[in-house]
Amino acid sequence: MTEPYLAPIPSDPASWDLATSEKLNRSFVAGEVLAELAETDSRIVVLTADLKYSNRTVDFERRHPDRFFNVGIAEQNMVSMAAGMATFGYIPYVATFASFVGLLCAEQMRTDLAYPSLPVRLIAHHAGISLGFYGTSHHATEDLGLLRSMANMTVVCPCDAYSTLRAISDTVDFPGPVYLRLGRGREPDVYDPSEPFHVGRLACLREGDDLVIVANGSTVNPALEAALTLAGEGIEVTVFDAHTVRPFDGESLCEAAGRIGRVLVVEEHNVIGGVASACADALMDAGVGGIVFSRLGMPPDEYSLIGPPTHLYRHYRLDTDGIASAARELLAR
Amino acid sequence: MTTGDPAVEKKLDEIRRRATMIRRETIRLIDVAGSGHYTSVYSAAELLATLYSGVMRLAEDPDWPERDRLILSKGHVAVGVYPLLAERGYIEPEVLDEYTRLGNPLGDHPDMRRVRGIDFSSGSLGHGLSIGVGMANAARLRGFDDVRIWILLGDQELNEGQVWEAAQAASHFKLGNICAIVDRNQMGLDGFTEDVMTIEPIAGRFAAFGWDVVSVDGHDPASLLATFGSLPPTTSNTPTCVIANTVKGKGVSYMELSRTWHLGYLAASDAKATLKELEPS
Repeated sequence: MTEPYLAPIPSDPASWDLATSEKLNRSFVAGEVLAELAETDSRIVVLTADLKYSNRTVDFERRHPDRFFNVGIAEQNMVSMAAGMATFGYIPYVATFASFVGLLCAEQMRTDLAYPSLPVRLIAHHAGISLGFYGTSHHATEDLGLLRSMANMTVVCPCDAYSTLRAISDTVDFPGPVYLRLGRGREPDVYDPSEPFHVGRLACLREGDDLVIVANGSTVNPALEAALTLAGEGIEVTVFDAHTVRPFDGESLCEAAGRIGRVLVVEEHNVIGGVASACADALMDAGVGGIVFSRLGMPPDEYSLIGPPTHLYRHYRLDTDGIASAARELLAR
Repeated sequence: MTTGDPAVEKKLDEIRRRATMIRRETIRLIDVAGSGHYTSVYSAAELLATLYSGVMRLAEDPDWPERDRLILSKGHVAVGVYPLLAERGYIEPEVLDEYTRLGNPLGDHPDMRRVRGIDFSSGSLGHGLSIGVGMANAARLRGFDDVRIWILLGDQELNEGQVWEAAQAASHFKLGNICAIVDRNQMGLDGFTEDVMTIEPIAGRFAAFGWDVVSVDGHDPASLLATFGSLPPTTSNTPTCVIANTVKGKGVSYMELSRTWHLGYLAASDAKATLKELEPS
């Protein structure tokens, strides 16, 4: 392999290049975590589609070059290839933008991974609207809706570096495919490594009796900050991290919702098909009635606007202020 | 024409017998289902019979890790493969008899989790070559240097873009352990391939993607044996595409190159008359 020429940044410290940007993607630990696991687990292989620097799978390639496959910009081929490799006893990790693996490769995931229940892991990064002004083509706000209806599929949406590490290392031996939905790599730390983290369970990150907020991925941190703001106003909030969307822990949700009576779901996804739908399904199926229920996410009949990610989060009320105000509105109903 | 070599003649007779068996069994099984892909099996009957007559490295155990793999990328050929698997003891005769009945593991498209001897589930055209590229890389990585990955592709299937994503990857990764066979039976569902959507020049296209390409009469067991017997070693660096020139519906006069027999059903008297055309020689 020839390492491409790395140009210097001209002179103004405000200039930046891809390498500068990649250094900020602190929560993109998948490459490093997999490289570590692969030291003792010869089943692990990694594939990516011309994005190894963006998703840091290059960290894996540097330590295990023979087990790293860059397939070029051919995502559907990559997912099916991983399926073929899995039949030889490998556990392939496939990494690319969520908009591509989660939508473009939907049928390959269904037919080649989920249907034969093969242990391929999809690292779907830059999910939701986190690619901002790169445009709606690069946004993935429908993937959970597709994946939730696929039998044999596990779907986990970690919110920071530690939960990414746990989501990867705790599911290595899962028999079927796992979709790991990640953000843009700039997420602040939420979890303390001493806290429990169980794939398949809602994580209760804060307890309060006035309202339940269910968040996951990029909305967990602002939901916790909103809960702090609301606490200052005398409103006590239970915050769940619904990191595992499939299978969904309806039991924990129904217990809290039944007791508290008010649920706000906040997600970087269309309000149809994702976490809010999983919550509504669980409540309805369990017969938990009379819940004041509200969802924050991408509006059902709109495609995402173009803008810097932080501006988009503000626009769609997925930031701290937006979540806090939606909570106040729900409580006023 | 004979080769004059009794061992080879015996092998060729075995292949012809299997090809006839495939064609006859296809009529019997589709009768259970009520409809099926006769003609897509008939173009591939000699191909399949040859592969299963000592060309593929198989063992009694269908899960032997170092066996050759066959991916039925044109999954609708499965009804012609089940009788071969039954012959090997992978499918019980009474299971075969119940082909496609509610709860039976055998469908028009094959399921690797339900059928011993099926190396990958298929049915959605265009995936098989990619699956094969994954398997071929994995075989290399595991040090299974003798394993060859065979992929049976339909000709109209070559319209699928994913085939060419896989074709570029196979040569990029230097997978000489891949042999893709194109069943060039000249037709898709809607008619002749070149009328539906051009796929020629197939040889030129694969060659441009860095493959070695061989053309062969797909209904002549001697040519097929010779072609498969002279493939480059699995440790070589270039994948091979075998273009098998065939006739959709081969062996049943009225079905040959008929658009309307892509899917159909033969009721008892027609089945009986058709089987007469397919008497073992």
